[in-house]
Amino acid sequence: MQPNLSFEQAPPIGVPYRFFLTAPWFGVAAGLLLAFMGEEMLASRWTPGALAGTHLLVTGFMLQAMCGALLQFVPVATGGNIWQPQRVAAWVHPLLIIAAGLLVAAFLTQRPVLFMAASAGFAVSLGFYGVVVSLALWRTPAQGASIVALRIALLGLLATTGLGVTLAFGLAYQTTLPLLALTDVHAAWGLGGWGLILLAGIAYFVVPMFQLTPAYPGWLARGVPLLLLALLLVWSLQLFGLPDGARELVWLGGLGTAGLFGGTTLYLQSRRRRKVSDTTLLFFRVAMVCLVVLLFSAMLFAALPEIGNDPRAVVWLGMLAIVGVFVTAINGMLYKIVPFLNWLHLQRLCGLETLPPTMNQMIPERSMRRQFYLHLAALAFLLAAVWLPSLARPAGLLFALDCAWLGLNLVGALRIYVRFKNRIRAAA
Amino acid sequence: MTMLTEPLRLHHKHCDDLFADAEAAAAERNWPQCQELLSRLHDAIEDHFRTEETVLFPAFEAATGMTGGPTQMMRIEHARMRELLGQMQSALSAQAADVFAGAAETLLIFMQQHNMKEENILYPMCDRSLAEQAADLAAQLRNSLEPGCATKK
Repeated sequence: MQPNLSFEQAPPIGVPYRFFLTAPWFGVAAGLLLAFMGEEMLASRWTPGALAGTHLLVTGFMLQAMCGALLQFVPVATGGNIWQPQRVAAWVHPLLIIAAGLLVAAFLTQRPVLFMAASAGFAVSLGFYGVVVSLALWRTPAQGASIVALRIALLGLLATTGLGVTLAFGLAYQTTLPLLALTDVHAAWGLGGWGLILLAGIAYFVVPMFQLTPAYPGWLARGVPLLLLALLLVWSLQLFGLPDGARELVWLGGLGTAGLFGGTTLYLQSRRRRKVSDTTLLFFRVAMVCLVVLLFSAMLFAALPEIGNDPRAVVWLGMLAIVGVFVTAINGMLYKIVPFLNWLHLQRLCGLETLPPTMNQMIPERSMRRQFYLHLAALAFLLAAVWLPSLARPAGLLFALDCAWLGLNLVGALRIYVRFKNRIRAAA
Repeated sequence: MTMLTEPLRLHHKHCDDLFADAEAAAAERNWPQCQELLSRLHDAIEDHFRTEETVLFPAFEAATGMTGGPTQMMRIEHARMRELLGQMQSALSAQAADVFAGAAETLLIFMQQHNMKEENILYPMCDRSLAEQAADLAAQLRNSLEPGCATKK
């Protein structure tokens, strides 16, 4: 079947927006949880608070934003036809909210029934979502490194879900499963297989597009997702036993690949043809710097085991990856996607005689820039709080404020959309 | 496979360069230079649209019989980009830097997603369905575009 390039193929605005507008409030919840629980939450990755906070961010903030973005991105950028996106969004969006809420409650209360209910929610919603989006991605005639990356990322999402459900089962029923190894494999697939490969696949499109940079070198664009996939497969062997030396090699290899992608992105951005910079660029650069810092931190921890063996070392890496890389990159992307989608949908309603407000009028640049500085402060406090426990509560509060401001900026954009849409309707 | 659409892909980059320079001139409020660059951008984009609408699209439509699909959508998007260029010109005439920046940002993102759809989906379809006339069509495309702007530098 020939793909249809028509704009009709892009989903209705409510499809991505319901996910985008939800995401920041999970960040607010994570910040408030830290402000409430304080330093004990950051003492190690295994505290109930740390697990709850992590999953507020990964299954709340990140998953909402990423699932919403793909429903928009796959049809527009790859020509892939997603089956009934409105119906998919109407089911997946609320189910994900409920499942994330149940999972966080499960970690905080350790009640088996909550773990099982959360798993069921994720299995159904992400299984359904994964199959629908994968089908669109496999059927598209479009080719290129980005499509390959997106396909691998979807595989990563399904693997993460399967491993997560297994883990929840293990936690609920005290089985003999190797829970520590399973957690490491689950986290690697989630952050490396789904999160990072998706980020790379999207970046191959949007980094050159937003800032007019040179394209990513072909070998790198093709190599990064495939190398990460290969490393993840070897990493997964630890479920059956993997020598420590090999484990460390794979670990550093994975972060090295991530650092290579981050460093290349920074290099490409430094060679951009567009001279005007904007808030999205600043967010994206901070995210890529965090990716490089992640690699150097892991190398340092490997070289100095007395620091590397401290339970806080892993918390530091998690904070850098989840807040520093992913929350930051998503925040920046939302500031470009939402004003553009506002404009795109409004111009279609306008007909050819009039034009809607421009992208810069959808969210005030000043407001985005100030929220960026608040985000930087929140990130700095969160990272410092890993080593200076007295900063945990203020860091949590700052992060909650940071995410709330993002959420309010997005609500503001939605209000402008609705106001202008009503005006067009009234004039018609 | 030779890509007969190569000249159009290269010309996208040429338009990007002109856009970046015009936007930078407006940000510096160098209005005379901005006017010169915007005029060049306008001419280049018009050249590009004309080439697609009179050479590539008709050939594709004749070869595939698809007249109401992707090419029609691309024509509508061309019209929208012409309006955004007009908005930039009005802002320039009024020397309103913020309005210019807003229209420029919108044109850039709209133009980039338009180019992305062409380069990833429509052009490959053209390269496949028009393979037999590839050399002839590529020459026609190159002749229709401003000399030197659709060749590798």
